[in-house]
Amino acid sequence: MGVITDNLGLYADGLLGTLEICGLVAVAALLLGIFLAGFRVSPVPPLRAVGTVYVTLVRNCPLTIVLFVFAFGLPEVGINGAYITFGVAGLTVYTAAFVCEAVRSGIGAVDAGQAEAARAIGLTFSQSLRLVVLPQALWAVLPPLGSVAIAMIKNSAILGAFGVGGELYSVANTLNSARGEPALPVYTGVVIGYLIIIIPAGLLLLMMEKRLKATR
Amino acid sequence: MNRSVLYDAPGPRGRRRILVASVAAALILVGLAALAVRRLATNGQFAGEKWSPLFDPNDVNFPDLWRLLGGGLLHTLTAAVLAMSLSLVLGVLIAMTRISASRWYRWAVVGVVEILRGVPVVIAIFFAYQVLPTYGFRLPLLWYIVIGLTAYNSVVISEIIRAGILAVPRGQSDAAAALGLTRGQTQRFILLPQAFRSMLPALISQLVVILKDTSIGAFISYEELLRRGLIIIQTLRNPIQTYLVIAAIFVLINYLVGRLAIYVEARLSARRA
Repeated sequence: MGVITDNLGLYADGLLGTLEICGLVAVAALLLGIFLAGFRVSPVPPLRAVGTVYVTLVRNCPLTIVLFVFAFGLPEVGINGAYITFGVAGLTVYTAAFVCEAVRSGIGAVDAGQAEAARAIGLTFSQSLRLVVLPQALWAVLPPLGSVAIAMIKNSAILGAFGVGGELYSVANTLNSARGEPALPVYTGVVIGYLIIIIPAGLLLLMMEKRLKATR
Repeated sequence: MNRSVLYDAPGPRGRRRILVASVAAALILVGLAALAVRRLATNGQFAGEKWSPLFDPNDVNFPDLWRLLGGGLLHTLTAAVLAMSLSLVLGVLIAMTRISASRWYRWAVVGVVEILRGVPVVIAIFFAYQVLPTYGFRLPLLWYIVIGLTAYNSVVISEIIRAGILAVPRGQSDAAAALGLTRGQTQRFILLPQAFRSMLPALISQLVVILKDTSIGAFISYEELLRRGLIIIQTLRNPIQTYLVIAAIFVLINYLVGRLAIYVEARLSARRA
């Protein structure tokens, strides 16, 4: 286990890198996902279709392929960028589909009377969605969104396998493949790194679920 | 869910507005599509030689290419089916251990479940791939993927099954006890079959997750569908077209599996009603 303690700095940097990537993706995917959810419940058929097609395609496609399309497909049409940009963009596009479904189910969970009341006092579709339904949906949606976030953090490891440097998984590559350190401790360190993020996140989620259950 | 609750049945003005918005949205979409097509065209992405090996049966490369992809698909399915089967068996065992474990070692089961649940599947696969050989376990590539997928999915499935067992009405196990069944017998003959049935949709959905994650195998050179695609791209230099086909295959299979889950769900709830 000396490898872990000797390279604590490297692991810490990786941990921070992963958190940084995940923070970026979380914000971007949340925005995109909420937009898509709005599309999916909108009265305008083409927008609904866009939402449905997006979710169906992206949810059924492996993240690996999404990333390959971004990193090796886009340059073919003259769109170039750093791996990290493509990685963040790919993970955002992928995660947004799941955010969309979580938000949509949250919209479905809001009591129908709320939307009816909003309409009865003359709010338009976008007003009743923004001012009445979504704020309540966001509470109902926090636990599923939390699960999406945890899945996203774990998915970010695929970015590392993909060659995006500076995140937790890439530490294993540096130590094991490049420097020839023994695999077991190196990978154990990486696993511990992810658990340091995931387990508190899971506990937080659990607490949130209990709180929400209590307030209802 | 009832989405129409968000808006009234539109009147004449509403319908007009929806029509205007629809036309505007459709125009924007068509515009975006046109931009994308132009971008593809100016970069020579519609050149015949990039598409014909994939879609034209008369192309010299067509038979070899589809033989490669077909074999890749087979490898993908093999890995997924093996991982799913092993995860089911292990998942049932873990769930039953967790439920019937006495207090002093239940925490150990819970700990293992929580740790494995927190490990990204990629890491689990690479862990198997890098660590096992250093201890003399040299396996075919397929098994590193199956082991990695099983490590993660067996605990996920155990949680699904546990939730199913806990959701079986209490009267069932009371009745089993009244009949004189032991706890083990109650689990095996009464609770597990019912849990399994009510959780069937969730289990089928998990298959989609497993199928998608098999593509991680491409990183360790297991020649599943994606890896085969990358091999094709190396020679034909047509990444966009090949990704398109591979993505379409994945989406189609997963969509069908997803529909199956929805269908089973509907049937089960119809029977309950």
